[in-house]
Amino acid sequence: MSPPLDDAVHSAANNISLDAIDVSDPQIYQDDTWYPYFARLRREDPVHYVRDSRYGSYWAVTKYKDIMQVEVNHQVYSSASELGGIQIEEQPKGMDRPSFIRMDPPKHDEQRKVVSPVVAPANLANMEGLIRERTIRVLDDLPRGETFDWVDRVSIELTTMMLATLFDYPWDDRRQLTYWSDVAICNVNSPESPVHSEEERFAEMTKMAQALGALLNERAQMPPKFDLLSMLAHGEATREMPIREFMGTLSLLIVGGNDTTRNSMTGGLFALSQHPGEYQKLRDDPSLIPGMVSEIIRYVTPVIHMRRTAKEDSELGGKKIKQGDKVVIWYVSGNRDPEAIDDPDNFIIDRARPRQHLSFGFGIHRCVGNRLAELQLRILWEELLLRFPVIEVMGPPRRVYSNFIHGIRSLPVRIPA
Amino acid sequence: MPKITYIEHTGREHQAEVPLDLSVMRGAVDNNIPGIDADCGGECACATCHVYVDDAWLATTGTPVPGSQEASMLSFAALAQPNSRLSCQIKVTEALDGLIVRLPEGQH
Repeated sequence: MSPPLDDAVHSAANNISLDAIDVSDPQIYQDDTWYPYFARLRREDPVHYVRDSRYGSYWAVTKYKDIMQVEVNHQVYSSASELGGIQIEEQPKGMDRPSFIRMDPPKHDEQRKVVSPVVAPANLANMEGLIRERTIRVLDDLPRGETFDWVDRVSIELTTMMLATLFDYPWDDRRQLTYWSDVAICNVNSPESPVHSEEERFAEMTKMAQALGALLNERAQMPPKFDLLSMLAHGEATREMPIREFMGTLSLLIVGGNDTTRNSMTGGLFALSQHPGEYQKLRDDPSLIPGMVSEIIRYVTPVIHMRRTAKEDSELGGKKIKQGDKVVIWYVSGNRDPEAIDDPDNFIIDRARPRQHLSFGFGIHRCVGNRLAELQLRILWEELLLRFPVIEVMGPPRRVYSNFIHGIRSLPVRIPA
Repeated sequence: MPKITYIEHTGREHQAEVPLDLSVMRGAVDNNIPGIDADCGGECACATCHVYVDDAWLATTGTPVPGSQEASMLSFAALAQPNSRLSCQIKVTEALDGLIVRLPEGQH
């Protein structure tokens, strides 16, 4: 967390030459030492050109307002897979897996509209009871008086159940979805990742496409229903997708549908444990939960960055961006920009305008499932407060080696007996 | 100042006097009228200030220009109708004194 950062990290970030600052190193997210680098860039060089990184040259866009400008100008700043897609690290040619998050209009629009009804208000209202029932069951089964991993027992369990419901996937095999999610998004250079090369990732994604493709074919033969596979099977814009696009679309829905919320479920508890005054405020007034949920999502910022590619020359924050340039918008930084958010390094559960944060993105690619994510987090905290006045965090979180997903791999906790 | 009526999905009515040149969204937010979230703060980037313009007022407010950012964002909003607008894109003018907008069941 930000304030008690090591002095050494601060002075390293402040003494390095500006030209040498490269915020794409996944290590700074695993070590949680990214804050001072972005603070310096926002102050001294908000739209920062990195000439030479392991991912080539790129622009680091660090301020809220500049990020917003990129988000709303999708005509200039493209998400297209052919141009490099949405991550600073590109998928290798021939193994790239397009999906609507990696497309521009009109195809993006057509495909997004196929799946978005799954999270429309009426469907969310239908799902609320089910989510609450499951949350209660998971929480009531937690051990008392012994240390366990919050990520595995709560965050992964709840979000995997949600995913199985959204896909109408065989219940007992649901952790397979979590595995594919981790395969789809992991950094293959981390020893902790489930796969260790792009070839291996592609092979596992192929198996995923075969397994889910079989289910999809079954759904295509049945009348349309309200699960993602059925929607894809019956959607005009999605029913006949090339294999790599099918893989990409499944990955998008699986990762988007669980990994981000998983990390907010963990990150929220950790943030509260680091801010006991806020935790007490919450116990004293559970009506603060909805605002706190937004604050958790801001503070955690589950997606670290998005990448765009400039389709024409443009100007951004006073810098000349050339056609073909890689433009990386760092949500972690925009969400800590004091010009947009008061006292941004603090976790404040009753802050004014908590919904104004960048974590869901803005513009046409704004997170489809944002309301479902908020719903799951709200229910989790409502039910937690009813049961456990105290949840002790017993050790530091182990974070994920990634510059894209702001993940927490494990968090040891104990509920007093 | 022009007076604007906001009607929540439940039917509850709120009236607010909104200064000229502010947006209809800002009028709701500044007066703590529930049902308009305005997550992006008026950048036409999120569709969480979605309103239905009363039919009698639609000619005055106009409808989104096809192909515009507003039309595009609204096309992704759940529950959009032909009289849907993003209220951050409706600027308050004298001609809108008396405007009535209804709020959707949810801002998605």
